[in-house]
Amino acid sequence: MTTPVRERPISPHLMTGGLGSPLLWRWHLTMFTSILHRATGMALYGGAVIVTAWALALGAGPEAYQAFFDLMASPLGRLVLVGLTLSLFYHLANGLRHLFWDAGLGLSVTASFRSGVMAMAFSVVATVVVWAAGLGSGGQ
Amino acid sequence: MTDFRTPLSRARGSGAAGHGAAHWVAERVSAIALIPLTLWMVYAALVIAGTGYEGAVAFVAHPVNAVMIVLILAVSGWHMHAGARVIIEDYLQKMLGRSALLILNLFVVVLLTALAVFSVLKVALGGAL
Repeated sequence: MTTPVRERPISPHLMTGGLGSPLLWRWHLTMFTSILHRATGMALYGGAVIVTAWALALGAGPEAYQAFFDLMASPLGRLVLVGLTLSLFYHLANGLRHLFWDAGLGLSVTASFRSGVMAMAFSVVATVVVWAAGLGSGGQ
Repeated sequence: MTDFRTPLSRARGSGAAGHGAAHWVAERVSAIALIPLTLWMVYAALVIAGTGYEGAVAFVAHPVNAVMIVLILAVSGWHMHAGARVIIEDYLQKMLGRSALLILNLFVVVLLTALAVFSVLKVALGGAL
């Protein structure tokens, strides 16, 4: 049996090439944006339940609609709605990113990193703008 | 258990036997449609949040708005079914739990869409007043 010239590669998460080593497993922004895309997608699944509740309440009449409205205007209701707005805008922006990737565009490390930061920044800014507009126009 | 199927027959039944890309493409096509639809939905939500019951009924009763809402419900229903399906297929290997969740996913999406579309049409066609 011959002695290997160097250590054979093992699973990336077991490699300890030292800090800054390209062999060392670490978190990448692209992993985070990918996980966030699925998480926000599932959050929007819950959002679809709320939209259906809104439609049912509207169809059921004024009292049911007011009850739904009061629930959504409560602190917990608002927290959920802000989270859903954030999820919607993130999923929209990151989904656009995926569509560009599917077309073969923006796949380089720098481009995907930059578009990931842009998608996250857009979702926060758009959420703030929409809620400022909603509260400013007398929305309850 | 004796399996009378030939290896070729078994191979044809699994994997992308000529139609594997269809679900993938459908998810992306619905995503493209949802770009303008969700932006309109944010506008609609802002209008509805600023008005009471009567204002919301008047908004939904407008033909263009009613059609837009039904389109959003149908396309987003399709898209979320496709997305959740991919997640279930990725993370669940056991056949029983996986099949049960896939069926549940389909039933929940269809039920939610049917309830919402019916309610919107009821309001739009004058049933709420």
